[in-house]
Amino acid sequence: MILEKLSNAIGISGDEGDVRAVVLEAIQEHVDEFKVDTLGNLLAFKRGTGRNRLRVMLAAHMDEVGLMVVDHDKDGFLQARTVGGIDPRLLPGALFHVGPERIPGVVGVKPIHLLKEGEGEKVSKIESLAVDIGAKSKDEAKKLAPLGTYAAFATQFRELGTTVSGKAFDDRAGCAVLVELLRGERFRFDLHAAFTVQEEVGLRGAQVAAYAIEPDCAFALEGTIADDTPKEKEGSPTTELGQGPAITVMDRSVISDRRLVRLLTGAADELDIPYQFKQPGIGGTDAGAIHLAREGVPAVTVAVPCRYIHGPAALLSLKDFDNTVRLMRESLSRLTRRTLKL
Amino acid sequence: MRELIRKLTGAFGPSGAEEPIRKVIRAEIEPLADEIRVDPLGSLIARKQCGDGKRILLDAHMDEIGVMVTYVDEKGFARFTRIGGVYTLNHVGGRVAFADGTVGVIGIEGKRKDPNKVPKFEQLYLDVGATSRDDCPVGVGDPAVFVRPFETQGTRLISKAMDDRIGCAVLIETLRRLEQTDHDVHFVFAVQEEVGMRGAHTATYGIDPDMAIAVDVTTTGDTPEARPMAVELGKGPAIKIKDAGMIAHPAVRDLMIQQAKKAEIPYQLEVLERGTTDAAAMQLVRAGVPSGCLSVPCRYVHTPSEMVDEQDVENSVQLLLEVLQAA
Repeated sequence: MILEKLSNAIGISGDEGDVRAVVLEAIQEHVDEFKVDTLGNLLAFKRGTGRNRLRVMLAAHMDEVGLMVVDHDKDGFLQARTVGGIDPRLLPGALFHVGPERIPGVVGVKPIHLLKEGEGEKVSKIESLAVDIGAKSKDEAKKLAPLGTYAAFATQFRELGTTVSGKAFDDRAGCAVLVELLRGERFRFDLHAAFTVQEEVGLRGAQVAAYAIEPDCAFALEGTIADDTPKEKEGSPTTELGQGPAITVMDRSVISDRRLVRLLTGAADELDIPYQFKQPGIGGTDAGAIHLAREGVPAVTVAVPCRYIHGPAALLSLKDFDNTVRLMRESLSRLTRRTLKL
Repeated sequence: MRELIRKLTGAFGPSGAEEPIRKVIRAEIEPLADEIRVDPLGSLIARKQCGDGKRILLDAHMDEIGVMVTYVDEKGFARFTRIGGVYTLNHVGGRVAFADGTVGVIGIEGKRKDPNKVPKFEQLYLDVGATSRDDCPVGVGDPAVFVRPFETQGTRLISKAMDDRIGCAVLIETLRRLEQTDHDVHFVFAVQEEVGMRGAHTATYGIDPDMAIAVDVTTTGDTPEARPMAVELGKGPAIKIKDAGMIAHPAVRDLMIQQAKKAEIPYQLEVLERGTTDAAAMQLVRAGVPSGCLSVPCRYVHTPSEMVDEQDVENSVQLLLEVLQAA
């Protein structure tokens, strides 16, 4: 499973090289051209079979959230800061892989035996936490993990029946969907695949990729929030596991193009592919940067629902994954210039 | 212009779902423009090429604020999120309408700790007359707009969506009366201003203008205990000096001031502390665009009862026509 390899690879925003290598290996034989752009995006091209071909951009971001070492204290502990959004409640006690050698590191935490009353109810900010890699001095810590070293959640991909768990499903799930689409038959249009960098720190890679590609329309492929776990009060689950791919209508970064939303729901209804709308108003994706490129690009986001994203272990349903690939393939097969007519 | 304003403000067009308002505007400008197109994000662009002078962009946004359904509960009540700047205080007990005409009453949760406190936005819901999730006529992702009838009181015009259908009316009327200029004028009816000036950003890239002017509403300081602001209703269009998102290009600003003086059109100067307009996005496109903003003074902005003065609207058209002659 390509998702396993992608999930296990480490690629925190700004250092996506290892993920890029995994992607490249997986798609190289299935594309006509590829290049790595100035910021590190992997741009692949697969020519279409039609005439007067549309330029269609499919984007998935390679980067994941993580930590960066910013200081070393005299006893050899590492001070770190988050790269991208990580809930501080998830940090104490978490195991990380530090640096390219994957040195194991634990985010230090006071044992429960020593907590004063009420102390356990407070959330520690990252400024008051330290990553312990077993170094005994400042010099040793500096040698093992110099300033700027990245650290990623140390989680191995696992299969749990029809669901799988692993780190970085946001957005290796999207990367895996895009790999599957590239491995399949050619479409009528020219497919411009963009495996982008630095989404988690501000949709940066996608912005320059969309400028370079100049697409007629774009699809951002994502792993998105599923909040379908038990709640005190009835409310939106954002998305639900097992209910099919999640189509974004509106989030903080984009209002999806209604023609593309109709294309997707039309194909899904016709073929009985389950789908859901992601709770509007939440989050943001590469589509936010892409749709503002140059004269504007009709764009939409389609995502695999994932529980516990931006944490050490996310969970997704393989059925949703397969349905996302299928919905994308079927929708894209129906995409013509008429789809974009107003 | 009253009929035009009534028609424009009554049309449906929340950010991202501007098809109905675009259709209304298109029908108005079809006989007036040399060329009409819709750009990739949906902005409507009418061109009137009178000469080979400057490429001038005039902008008004056609989208309006609204809400979008996020969840329908078991009993058929819909929860919603904002499209643009939507505040609890302006809407409890009000109504929204969906594109298909479905009407929703904005209700509020009864169990609140302190009923005198402004409730949280999340405590609001829509009642569309449904009894269960299954018979609810609206679903997640459906957008709606606030509704309230168009009214006139003397020279004051009151409606939802004056922001910025009044700007659209000014542009349409300017296009209608524009007989001769030396320039290549692009009238942009932009999408998605209320969610971040997105349509103006991309339309400006496409047009690559030498100068751009946004026509939008601005708030006033002439109501009881208002935040201090020099702009008043009925004292003429406001030529923007600056707002929270941009500083008007001095040449564009001064051009408007000079022409207002020359033609003896009443005008005011505007410094807006909160909020901004499409001009903020337009001036940063490509290598930069000299941009300014002509504001129609408006009370109760972002409520369903936005109020403008007819005379200010007429004077805005006059001033734009003068500017197009002199630029």
